[in-house]
Amino acid sequence: MARPNPPFQKILIANRGEIAVRVIRACRELGIRTVAIFSTADRNALHVSMADESVCVGPPETNSSYRNIPNIISAAEVTQSEAIHPGYGFLSENAHFAEICHSAGVVFIGPSPESISLMGDKARAKALMRETGVPVVPGSIGAVASEEEGMAIAEETGFPLIIKASAGGGGRGMRIVHEKESFSNAFQSAQTEAYQAFGSKDVYIEKFFIGPHHVEIQILADKDGNVVTMGERDCSVQRRHQKLLEETPSPLLTARIRQEMAETAVKAAKACGYVNAGTVEFLVDDNKNFYFIEMNTRIQVEHPITEQAFDYDLVKAQILVAAGKSISDTHKPSGHVIECRINAEDPWTFTPSPGTITRIIPPGGPGIRIDSWVTQGSVIPPHYDSLIAKIIAKGSDRNEAIARMKRALSEYVIDGIKTTIPLHLEILEDPDFIRGKYDTSFIESFMGKREKRLQQEKIEQEFDEGNSPEMTHKRSGR
Amino acid sequence: MTNPEISELLALLQGTNITVFELEREGVRIRIEKPAFPSIAGMKLVSRENTSQDHAPTEGGKTVSHSPLSNKESSRTVTSPIVGTFYRSPSPDASSYIELGATVRKGQILCIIEAMKLMNEIESEFDGVVKAILVEDGKAVEFGTPLIEIEIAPEN
Repeated sequence: MARPNPPFQKILIANRGEIAVRVIRACRELGIRTVAIFSTADRNALHVSMADESVCVGPPETNSSYRNIPNIISAAEVTQSEAIHPGYGFLSENAHFAEICHSAGVVFIGPSPESISLMGDKARAKALMRETGVPVVPGSIGAVASEEEGMAIAEETGFPLIIKASAGGGGRGMRIVHEKESFSNAFQSAQTEAYQAFGSKDVYIEKFFIGPHHVEIQILADKDGNVVTMGERDCSVQRRHQKLLEETPSPLLTARIRQEMAETAVKAAKACGYVNAGTVEFLVDDNKNFYFIEMNTRIQVEHPITEQAFDYDLVKAQILVAAGKSISDTHKPSGHVIECRINAEDPWTFTPSPGTITRIIPPGGPGIRIDSWVTQGSVIPPHYDSLIAKIIAKGSDRNEAIARMKRALSEYVIDGIKTTIPLHLEILEDPDFIRGKYDTSFIESFMGKREKRLQQEKIEQEFDEGNSPEMTHKRSGR
Repeated sequence: MTNPEISELLALLQGTNITVFELEREGVRIRIEKPAFPSIAGMKLVSRENTSQDHAPTEGGKTVSHSPLSNKESSRTVTSPIVGTFYRSPSPDASSYIELGATVRKGQILCIIEAMKLMNEIESEFDGVVKAILVEDGKAVEFGTPLIEIEIAPEN
């Protein structure tokens, strides 16, 4: 049943892929008309056919299309859209875009430009959190003036620690120091490297964590200043900072730590005057000490696990909050939820695998939700990220969620391209994962173990073949 | 920033080699882009007329009769480089930039596309004769919408 008074008449979705489809679904339920934007590479994409209207905003390159602010604002104007949902990525954390939306009289579904730019500036965000009493990764405040000062900070912070170039990036001017004795040399070489690479000797010091956990808290805030949290998501299964699998609740947290993290997340959100859905990311060490890393001022890729656990529609909430509605209801979580990101990638080398999907049979059954943008005949363009689907499995407990996910993964048929499905199936069989004992170094050691096992198998196979020359002969004769 | 000020800016940029101009003042940012070629050469695009009004999946534009396949060799289509509203004249009372059958020179203004309160002049990149005007005055256009078909003047 359509609502008699939808919060907006029409919303433009400034995104593509599964998140554009997700937002269109929320709009439909709220009785809001939708406008899709697309690049010439996405003319036949699902979000375009699902939306009520669509506007081509440019060629495949994202800077000329999905990041093309003038064309997107103009598309909102010609279609008389009242609001823009930015999704994630692209312009979702662009304060300038949010500001232009306001000046063009279009509601930006997200926080204020001020909140976005404050949280987008790592140094400012960290300073604000420190003032607010939110724990941040220990270390120097800003650049370290001298080696003596650095040593004093190092002793206070403890080892291991990392020295980073203030102007830096890409690993240059970066040194990990494991003990006091090597600090002096490392500090000097980091300074020299920083100067050579960036023209500034400034370096700063931070505590270094070996294999920390990545746990984030979902928050939702309205214009009246109400801030609620909706549990955590453990995103420690990642490869080179790319998340692969997420779950809630985290197998690491206790009820007390969860409560403390939730209270801290509320503090962080209030400190930057946050409105709408957001995520406060924490680094958690093995002793369950947690430190603020950053706040994501948008909807996250992994938001569905929170939605399934809390039986709550976060995207609808984003729209309603943007329309000025307040959050009145509180929700309680139930069961256990896991998400696997299905990417168009080689599962073992992670190289992208663009192409055409020749056949697709999505899984179903109890506890399974699929958020995807691909169908039979879909072309995965090489211009965008490789996420093609998310499987979200809910069970009454973690074991049931894992069993359902394994079933869903093995039901999923996707022909024509390579996907990460085989990787997820092996992760879910890993003894450490099954015990819930994993951190951000999990994938690296998982791939290491796998490599070793495959080599062993190869040696055994060669040994077998060596012992049966007849067999080898037969094979080569084929 | 007022409209006369913007017009002044545009006038200043006219005839210069500047293709991108950005100005930020009192929280307002203005960006003016002047593509070297207003249309994307060699790009084949399916017409999607009246995107904002017509939701039925139509095969090409219904309202305009044109045959892009005929005289393939000698005619070129100018497509919209931006999203906005198509206007044939600089203001409602002014006369149209071009009419059917008119001879146009490379660099001549064919129409304007209004986007974010800015009037973007679309220039011809060919010498030739206006064979078809494919969009109605005041209609919304998207990136790649065919606007005007020009019959290329035979080379001497």
